Amino acid sequence: MQAFTQHRGIVAPMDRPNVDTDAIIPKQYLKSIKRSGFGPNAFDDWRYLDEGAPDIDNATRRINPDFILNQSPYDRSSILLARENFGCGSSREHAVWALTDFGFRAVIAPSFADIFFNNSFKNGLLPIVLDEKIVDAMFTVVAENPAVEFEIDLPAQTITAGSETYAFEVDEFRKHCMLNGLDDIALTLQHADDIKAYEQARQKTAPWLY
Amino acid sequence: MTARTLYDKLWDDHVVRAEQDGTALLYIDRHLVHEVTSPQAFEGLRLAGRKPWRTGSIVAVPDHNVPTTDRSQGITDPVAKIQVQTLDDNCKEFGLTEFDMSDIRQGIVHVIGPEQGATLPGMTVVCGDSHTSTHGAFGALAFGIGTSEVEHVLATQCLLQKKSKNMLVSVDGQVHEGITAKDIVLAIIGEIGTAGGTGYAIEFGGDAIRALSIEGRMTVCNMAIEAGARAGMVAVDDTTIDYVKGRPYAPEGETWEKAVAYWQTLVSDADARFDRVVRIDASTIKPQVTWGTSPEMVVAVDTCVPDPAAIDDAVKADGMRKALAYMGLQAGQAVHDIKVDKVFIGSCTNSRIEDLRAAAKVAEGRSVADNVKLAMVVPGSGLVKQQAESEGLDRIFIDAGFEWREPGCSMCLAMNADRLEPEERCASTSNRNFEGRQGQGGRTHLVSPAMAAAAAVHGHFVDVTEQG
Repeated sequence: MQAFTQHRGIVAPMDRPNVDTDAIIPKQYLKSIKRSGFGPNAFDDWRYLDEGAPDIDNATRRINPDFILNQSPYDRSSILLARENFGCGSSREHAVWALTDFGFRAVIAPSFADIFFNNSFKNGLLPIVLDEKIVDAMFTVVAENPAVEFEIDLPAQTITAGSETYAFEVDEFRKHCMLNGLDDIALTLQHADDIKAYEQARQKTAPWLY
Repeated sequence: MTARTLYDKLWDDHVVRAEQDGTALLYIDRHLVHEVTSPQAFEGLRLAGRKPWRTGSIVAVPDHNVPTTDRSQGITDPVAKIQVQTLDDNCKEFGLTEFDMSDIRQGIVHVIGPEQGATLPGMTVVCGDSHTSTHGAFGALAFGIGTSEVEHVLATQCLLQKKSKNMLVSVDGQVHEGITAKDIVLAIIGEIGTAGGTGYAIEFGGDAIRALSIEGRMTVCNMAIEAGARAGMVAVDDTTIDYVKGRPYAPEGETWEKAVAYWQTLVSDADARFDRVVRIDASTIKPQVTWGTSPEMVVAVDTCVPDPAAIDDAVKADGMRKALAYMGLQAGQAVHDIKVDKVFIGSCTNSRIEDLRAAAKVAEGRSVADNVKLAMVVPGSGLVKQQAESEGLDRIFIDAGFEWREPGCSMCLAMNADRLEPEERCASTSNRNFEGRQGQGGRTHLVSPAMAAAAAVHGHFVDVTEQG
């Protein structure tokens, strides 16, 4: 996993609540057995005017000029500014893979759906929860200065947007994994003896599970 | 001892290790696997030189991509074919149980788990699919995970989790005749919103939930995720235990007795504390129809499409306007006047035998309306299909002009050939009405199986409790 420490980047405003994972990456792309290559199809239904498919060359498709990520400078954005309940719906991790493959390193929203939130941390995409009023203020900052770059500092847990700096919360363990790009399977396997001990005890009290 | 909720008990019984910061290593009893969210996880295992921790905990089945028409030719879509083949290959390589496309037990993962008794009360159940909450109907802790977590469970049999908060949704009193589990859960989502359950595990209780069959409870728990909660659950009672008895994976003899004694403890203690309690009067619930592009955009069938102008919250009102435009509807339009082009009866929400019986009861002796281009019934599994055929339900549907298909996820998410064309309007028994969910530009209205069948024969929405 790509480690995350500090990041500075252009901020794409996506001003709608309940952006679901079907919208982030439509179903036809889930047939892939790979983790990479989803970026050109992130927000596919909104980004293109014609319908895409895994075997269609995206360069031949009609771009939707009204969609935010098709507009300069947001085609180069690496921070997504969103509304409440971002990433709701399907558990598809492909949604996170599509965002990171596009070039996003962080998503800011007043709230996230739980599964998307977890999936983000596994892939070096930092989901930042901020109070709705702060998110509103950030939308205003971006509206007034479209090319503004926000600065995210994970060790300090701060984000600088225009003239303001805000603090954000992040779980200690997740922060540790993100900062170091750690493989959490290896961390869990350090407790293999505990897992075996649990299984042995449980097998006695609940043998039908084994 | 402190009074505990059902969720507290399930959690406590699966903690392998608790960390200082409240994170726990949680043991997973049952891991369900399907073709879409697993290939990258198996690939990750291979790359790291790891093996599945406990192969016996895994049941795999292809469901999202499989064709629902004649399967003798296999899958024609080459990309989908590779994905299903990859699941078959991974199961062979790692020695996992799989019900492949030719197996009578094949079906939607959330239908076959319970059907086989692979889902038992008191288990932790995970699957790389958000509708894993379905299995909570058995008094199990069941939730969807992403592919990285699929790999984590394969490799370690555990997940690192932070405990959710406890929410009780109590549906008090009894519903009126003809009101189904689907109407109950849509009404709940309408009440608490699609993010209302975020950060919570929801226990569904109250007389109206207790009165539901296990299949009805599965429908309710299935859509807990649509209320934002990863896990939904219902306490164990005789209904639960009667359903499990005799299923292929269920314990037998002395072990059965021991299991039942444990399962009977899987209820919230009388004085257990919930962080949030929502009470809904069951008698107020009418047949529900979603009008927008989020499951919380739902109204009773005898009302009208709501008006964003009446909403103070600017972000919400804007979301409603976008939804109305996408759905091709006007504020104030009567739900009865909405005509449908297609009807889909199926999905992990509503494809079990009781769902098909309810739909067949409405369809019997009638015909699909002329303006309905396609009405399809997709059973949840090969065994549900077989049961329905033994009851003659297939004949009822076919005689009425419905198509009778092979089992799979089908038009719930339209990964296979079953899909909506742009601007086509569908009455669907599935769980998500998101933009493009059933096909790009497609317009989905979520309803119960009986309501879907009624929309098929009338050509527009009707109140099935009045004009069924």
